[in-house]
Amino acid sequence: MYDTGKILAGLVAFIVVATFPLWFTNLFGSPSARPVLELPKGEKKCVEDTEYMRHWHMNMLDQWRNEVVREGKRMYVSSDGRKFEMSLNKNCLKCHESRAKFCDRCHNYMAVDPYCWDCHVTPTGE
Amino acid sequence: MKFIGSLVAVLLLVLLAYLGVGVAGLRELFGVVLPYVSVVVLLLGIVWRVLCWAKSPVPFKIPTTCGQEKSLPWIKQNKLDNPSNGLQVVGRMILEILFFRSLFRNTRMDFRGGEEKVVYGPSKWLWIGAIAFHYSFLVVFFRHLRFFSEPVPWLVKLTQDVDGFFQLGVPAFYITTFVFIGAVGYLLLRRLFIPQLRYISLVNDYFPLLLLLGIGTTGFFLRHLFKTDVVAIKELALGLVSFGPKAPVEASWLFYCHLFLVCVLFMYLPFSKIMHLAGVFLSPSRNMPNNNRAVRHVNPWNYPVKVHTYEEYEDEFREKMYAAGLPVEKTPEQAAAEKSAGDNGDDASSGTDNKE
Ligand code: HEC
Ligand code: HEC
Ligand code: HEC
Ligand code: HEM
Repeated sequence: MYDTGKILAGLVAFIVVATFPLWFTNLFGSPSARPVLELPKGEKKCVEDTEYMRHWHMNMLDQWRNEVVREGKRMYVSSDGRKFEMSLNKNCLKCHESRAKFCDRCHNYMAVDPYCWDCHVTPTGE
Repeated sequence: MKFIGSLVAVLLLVLLAYLGVGVAGLRELFGVVLPYVSVVVLLLGIVWRVLCWAKSPVPFKIPTTCGQEKSLPWIKQNKLDNPSNGLQVVGRMILEILFFRSLFRNTRMDFRGGEEKVVYGPSKWLWIGAIAFHYSFLVVFFRHLRFFSEPVPWLVKLTQDVDGFFQLGVPAFYITTFVFIGAVGYLLLRRLFIPQLRYISLVNDYFPLLLLLGIGTTGFFLRHLFKTDVVAIKELALGLVSFGPKAPVEASWLFYCHLFLVCVLFMYLPFSKIMHLAGVFLSPSRNMPNNNRAVRHVNPWNYPVKVHTYEEYEDEFREKMYAAGLPVEKTPEQAAAEKSAGDNGDDASSGTDNKE
């Protein structure tokens, strides 16, 4: 009454499921590195530091949205004193011209799908 | 004391991650070596424990039964609480594993209507806490696959969307993050504030709960308060699964702390009570059908016992017994007659052999 067959089958099933990350990407995808982003040609610096933008751009946009829509303020002064219009299309996407080659590359890699584009239309119509 | 000890242990682990990465910069150790070691320990540990269990004999058929056993055709059997075949056992196990049925049946004794009256009533709090904890853990764990797979499977994306259904904040707050932290917190407070439970709680109860709470809070911080470069973390994760990892400098020490606590959990798991994740499948009181009367359960400990039956005894001493006037099954004459008949005929003696 040791049920060896059943237990071994269970263990094999467990190992197959538990090692899913090990075989899935290697067999059905590619373990690609950080996506290559198309950076703006003429510009050197984003609204804030690159590191800050990487971590906090979504919160920045969220804050901008609230300030524009609820308080009617449209100007943002960055930490180094430059002035920006708080706008998705008239700001971010003016420098980062192609959403597909910038925002989306990162978002697809990280499997995030911002719902902003349900309403906001990108200038290039992508 | 046991609680304080466990708390100190978890805080020391956090400190260790801080010193290791934040101060000494040992990223390769915390980001590459420990994750590999911990996954190997986890998988081999679980397999080893299960094989040990598989080797232990089950001497008796010991299903716990909580309903009417299969009986006469006009008596209704309770098929799930008293299964009599494999299929019903599978049904019972599914309810046990997916819905924690035996926890659901928990009752509690209380004094009500004056001190004298003892009342038994259902008590579902533990069940609710356990269900909330286990399922939110599963969903959080599953959502983490977005770091470990490329392309990310659609089911993971769907889970993220459903989990972030309220679209509160950016990045969206996931329901399960809160359920997870809340449920672990409840399971911990329960042990701390109910005196009887505190009395029976050990370090091996507090430590895993605190470890999970540490993992949950560091995870929450990483997503919402002290952010880190998640793209770099995905690079690390994909590097780990394709065996070419590089521990990123972009990731904060808090991330390494989250990862370190997870590694500790993985290495601790096979040797702790969390092994119930495999044990629940192997518990004989749940996974055996109650068919004692229909199918003989052979105890694996049984070895061939040397017996000396009464017949053999009488054969040996018949003459003497008969001479002493003791009662015998067969007189010497009968025995002799049978013997010669047996020698002549074929199976004439078989009838007497079985007599006990
Ligand atoms: C003035 C032009 C300009 C504007 C406006 C601008 N960016 Fe940038 N952004 C840049 C440049 C240039 C870089 C590259 C910086 C570098 O390489 O260090 C960059 C980098 C970034 C990065 C980091 C990419 C990486 O390498 O990981 C993010 C994220 C980002 N921008 C998002 C935004 C968002 C969101 C907005 C709107 C709020 C925005 N940017 C507006 C010019 C701009
Ligand atoms: C339901 C449709 C809708 C969705 C979804 C939506 N927005 Fe908006 N957004 C608007 C409208 C309408 C305005 C007002 C435009 C104005 O007054 O200039 C606006 C304004 C803004 C503004 C300031 C004005 C400008 O030119 O951009 C920002 C920034 C913004 N939204 C960001 C976001 C972000 C980020 C998301 C996704 C997380 C988002 N929005 C999703 C409808 C939407
Ligand atoms: C460096 C990679 C990167 C780039 C480039 C980038 N994003 Fe993001 N973005 C992220 C990540 C990662 C998240 C989600 C964070 C998480 O889930 O932890 C995110 C989240 C967001 C969110 C919030 C979505 C949600 O539902 O939570 C918005 C809005 C957003 N990004 C807008 C933009 C826009 C607009 C651009 C282009 C101008 C852009 N991002 C470029 C990495 C990037
Ligand atoms: C037992 C395993 C783990 C548990 C229980 C756990 C738990 C959590 C929780 C509760 C969060 C909060 C956000 C959310 O709910 O998704 C989180 C976030 C996070 N975890 Fe984990 N985690 C585990 C393993 C890991 C591993 C192995 C990694 C390494 C890649 C990791 C990296 C992260 C990162 C980077 C975040 C921030 C996510 C974001 O910004 O969206 N976690 N974790």
